[in-house]
Amino acid sequence: MIPELGNFALILSLCLALVLAIFPMIGSLNHTPGWVALARPAVWGQFVFVAFAFGCLVNAFLVDDFSVLYVAQNGNTRLPDLYKVSAVWGAHEGSLLLWVLILSAWTVAVSLFSRKLPAEMLARVLSVMGMISIGFLSFLLFTSNPFDRVFPVPLEGGDLNPLLQDLGLAIHPPMLYMGYVGMSVAFSFAIAALIGGKLDAAWSRWSRPWTLVAWTFLTIGIALGSWWAYYELGWGGWWFWDPVENASFMPWLAGTALIHSLAVTEKRGAFKRWTVLLALLAFSLSLLGTFLVRSGVLTSVHSFAADPARGLFILMFLCIVIGGSLALYAWRAPGVSSGGAFDMVSRETLLLGNNVLLVVVTAFILLGTLAPLVYDALGWGKISVGFPWFTRMFVTFTPFMVVLMGMGPLARWKHQNPGELARRLSIAFVVSLGAGILTTLPVFYEGSIWAGLAVMLSVWLVTTLFISVRQRLKARNGLSGIWQDIGSRGGRSYYGMVVAHLGVAVFIIGITFVSLFEVEEDIRMSPGEAVELAGYSFQFEGVEPHQGPNYRADRGTIRVFKAGNEVALLNPEKRTYLVQTKPMTEAGIDAGFTRDIYVSLGEGLGGGAWSLRLYYKPFIRWIWLGAILIGFGGLIAATDRRYRMPVRHRVSAAARAGSDRLAAEGKA
Amino acid sequence: MTPRRKKRLYLVGLMVTGVVVAAAFALNAFNENLMFFYAPSAVAKGEAPQDHAFRLGGLVTDGSVKRQADGLTVVFDVTDNAQTVTVQYTGILPDLFREGQGIVANGKLRDDGIFVADEVLAKHDENYMPPEVADALKTAHEEGTGAAATAAKTQ
Repeated sequence: MIPELGNFALILSLCLALVLAIFPMIGSLNHTPGWVALARPAVWGQFVFVAFAFGCLVNAFLVDDFSVLYVAQNGNTRLPDLYKVSAVWGAHEGSLLLWVLILSAWTVAVSLFSRKLPAEMLARVLSVMGMISIGFLSFLLFTSNPFDRVFPVPLEGGDLNPLLQDLGLAIHPPMLYMGYVGMSVAFSFAIAALIGGKLDAAWSRWSRPWTLVAWTFLTIGIALGSWWAYYELGWGGWWFWDPVENASFMPWLAGTALIHSLAVTEKRGAFKRWTVLLALLAFSLSLLGTFLVRSGVLTSVHSFAADPARGLFILMFLCIVIGGSLALYAWRAPGVSSGGAFDMVSRETLLLGNNVLLVVVTAFILLGTLAPLVYDALGWGKISVGFPWFTRMFVTFTPFMVVLMGMGPLARWKHQNPGELARRLSIAFVVSLGAGILTTLPVFYEGSIWAGLAVMLSVWLVTTLFISVRQRLKARNGLSGIWQDIGSRGGRSYYGMVVAHLGVAVFIIGITFVSLFEVEEDIRMSPGEAVELAGYSFQFEGVEPHQGPNYRADRGTIRVFKAGNEVALLNPEKRTYLVQTKPMTEAGIDAGFTRDIYVSLGEGLGGGAWSLRLYYKPFIRWIWLGAILIGFGGLIAATDRRYRMPVRHRVSAAARAGSDRLAAEGKA
Repeated sequence: MTPRRKKRLYLVGLMVTGVVVAAAFALNAFNENLMFFYAPSAVAKGEAPQDHAFRLGGLVTDGSVKRQADGLTVVFDVTDNAQTVTVQYTGILPDLFREGQGIVANGKLRDDGIFVADEVLAKHDENYMPPEVADALKTAHEEGTGAAATAAKTQ
C-alpha cells in the first residue's frame, strides 16, 4: 500500500510541476499577478509530494518490502540500517528519485531565500526549474519507476553492491547531486534573465550565491568520490579519468569559470553574454553527466543496467534543454549591451584568460570522454583514450591557470599599469622561484624539476595571496581590522577567494608529490617475512579468517616499522559478501599528514604466503585537504553580506510595491 | 577602427591563437594515446600493431592460468572461441579475475607473439561482460570457428 502512495505522490508532483512550468511563466509574461502567485504553492506542493515519495521508498527498504522490484534488487534483510537508507540511491531508479528530491528542495530554497527578487523574475526562475522537474519526473515515472512491484515476491533481496556499502559512498551521491542539480539554479536564473531580456548586475548578484553553494557541493562531492575510490577500490588510485569522474569534473570546471565570470558581471557589468553561456554550459554538462552515467553507454563501475529507452529519453531531454536554451540565447543575446570596457592589462583580462583556459580544458576532457562513443558510432573501431592523455592535458594547461590566478587578485579592474603590476609581483616571483629551485636540489626526496615547478606554482599562489591580503588590510586598520573586514560587504567574497586559492596551492603539492614520489611494490610474502620500502619496514604476520556482519574475510596483519619503532598495524582484508558473493579488497591504510602507508591483499599463494601490494604515498592527504579548502572558500564567499538583503532595503522595496498585491504575498 | 575595437581585436586574436595552438597540441597527443581494441582473432590475423600498445579482450581459457615461480607473474590464454592469445602479466590481478571470465588487458605484443600486459581489467560484476568482449565473441561465433574473424575492429 505504501509504495502505491509513493507512486501516487510522484504523479501528483508531476502535475504540480506542470502547473509550475506553465502558469507562473505565462503570468509573468502577460503580467497576471494571480498566475504569478501560483509559483510558490506549486513549488511547496511539488517538494512535499516528492519528499513523501522518497520517504515511502526509504520505508520500503527499512521494512524489507521485497514486493517492490527495486528493493528486491538492492535491499537485503541483513544489510545494516544505514546502508538500507543509502541503498535507496544505490542504483538507477532511486538515485533519480534522489535527484528529483534535491531539485525540488533547491526550488523551495530559491523561493524561500529570494524574496528580494521582483515577483515576476522569481516566478520565471521557479517556472524554469519546474520545466526541468517535469523532464526528470516523467523520466522517473515512464522509464524507471522505483515503485514497480514484482510477483512472486522474493524471500530475500539481491543486496546492495558491496562496493557501495561504505559511509563515504553513502554520502557521495547526495553531495554530488546537490552540486549537479544546484547548477540548475544558475541555469534557471540565466534563462529567466534571457526571457526578461534584462541581464544586469542585479541578475548576477542574485545568481552568484546559488552558484557558489552548488559549486561547493560539487567540489566536496568530487573529493568524496576520489577519497572513496582511494580507500575502497583497493588499488591506491585517487583519480582514474573514468568517464563518470569526467562527467562530474566537467560541470565543476564550467562552474568554476562561471563563478569567476559572474564576479566580473556583477562588479563591472562585463562578460554578460559569456556568463550566460557558461551558466547554460555548466547545467548542460551536468545533464550530460547524468546521461553518461545513467544510460550505461559508457561502461564503468558506476553505470547501472544499460537500457536504450532510458538513454533515448535523456538524449531527447538533453537536446531539448541545450537546443532550446541556445535558441533562446541566440534570439536574446544580440540585444544585450556589452558592459564595462577594459584594457589589455586589467583584472578582467586575467579572469577572461582563465575562463578560456577552463573552457578549453573542459572541451578536451569532453573530447576524450566522448571519443570512444563517436569512434564506435562511426565504425572506426573500438578505442579507449589512455589515462596519460588526460593527465598530460591537465598538467599542460593548469600551470598557466595558476600563473594567472596569482596575478588576478593583485591587478586592478578596468586598467592596470603593467609596470606597477610587475613591481607588485616581483617579490612573489623571486620567492617562488627560490622555493622552486630549492626543491629541485636533492635535499627533499630525490629532488625533481617537476616537483620544483609544482612548489614554485604553489608558493607563487601563497605569496601573491599574502601580498594581496596585506595590501587590503593596510587600507583597513591593519591586521586588527581583519574581523571587521570579514563581516563587511564584499569581505567574505574576498576571503572566500583567498581560502579557495590557498586550497589550490595545497592541492598542487598533493597531486604532484604523490605522483612523483609514490613508491609501489607488488610482492609475495610468507608469514614472518619483512620487506623495506621507502624507509619503512613491512612485516607480514599472516592471514586469518574473519567474520563480518554480512561478509566473510581473510584478514592480513602487517606491522610497519620505521627505524625500529612500530608506526602502524595494518589489517587489509579480502572480503566475500554472502549475498552477491563478490570478492572485495579492503585496504589497510595508515593515514598521515605527510604520507599514507597503504597495503592491500592480493591472493593466497599457498603455504600461508600471499601476494601483497605495498604503497608509500607522500602528501596524498593534501589532495583532499586542498579540495576541502576550495569548497570551504566557496562556502565563505556564498555567505557574503551583500547577498543578504539589508532590512532597510527590504522595507523600502515593500513600500515601493505597496499597492502591488504581489509583493505583499511574496513577503508573506 | 576605434582604439577600443582595435584593443579588443588584439585580445581576441591572442586568445584564438592560444586556443588553436592548444588544440593542435592536444589532438596530436590524442592520436598517440588512442588505444584500439583487438580480439584474439584479429591479433592472429596480424591486424594488431606490433609497436603500439593496444587493448586485448576475451575470455580467460579454462585451465590456462599458470603462476610463475616468483609468485607474481601470471601467464594465461585469452580466447574469443576462435583464436587464442597468450598473455603475460606481473602483479596483482583484479578481484574478479578468474578462468572463464571476460577480461580486457592493456599492453603490447612481444615478438614471440605473447601479449605483455601492463594492466588487466575485470569488471566488478560476475555476470558482466565487457561490451567489446561480448561483441568479439559474437563476431567470432557468427563467422564460424576457424574463420578469421575481424572481430571488433571493422574498418
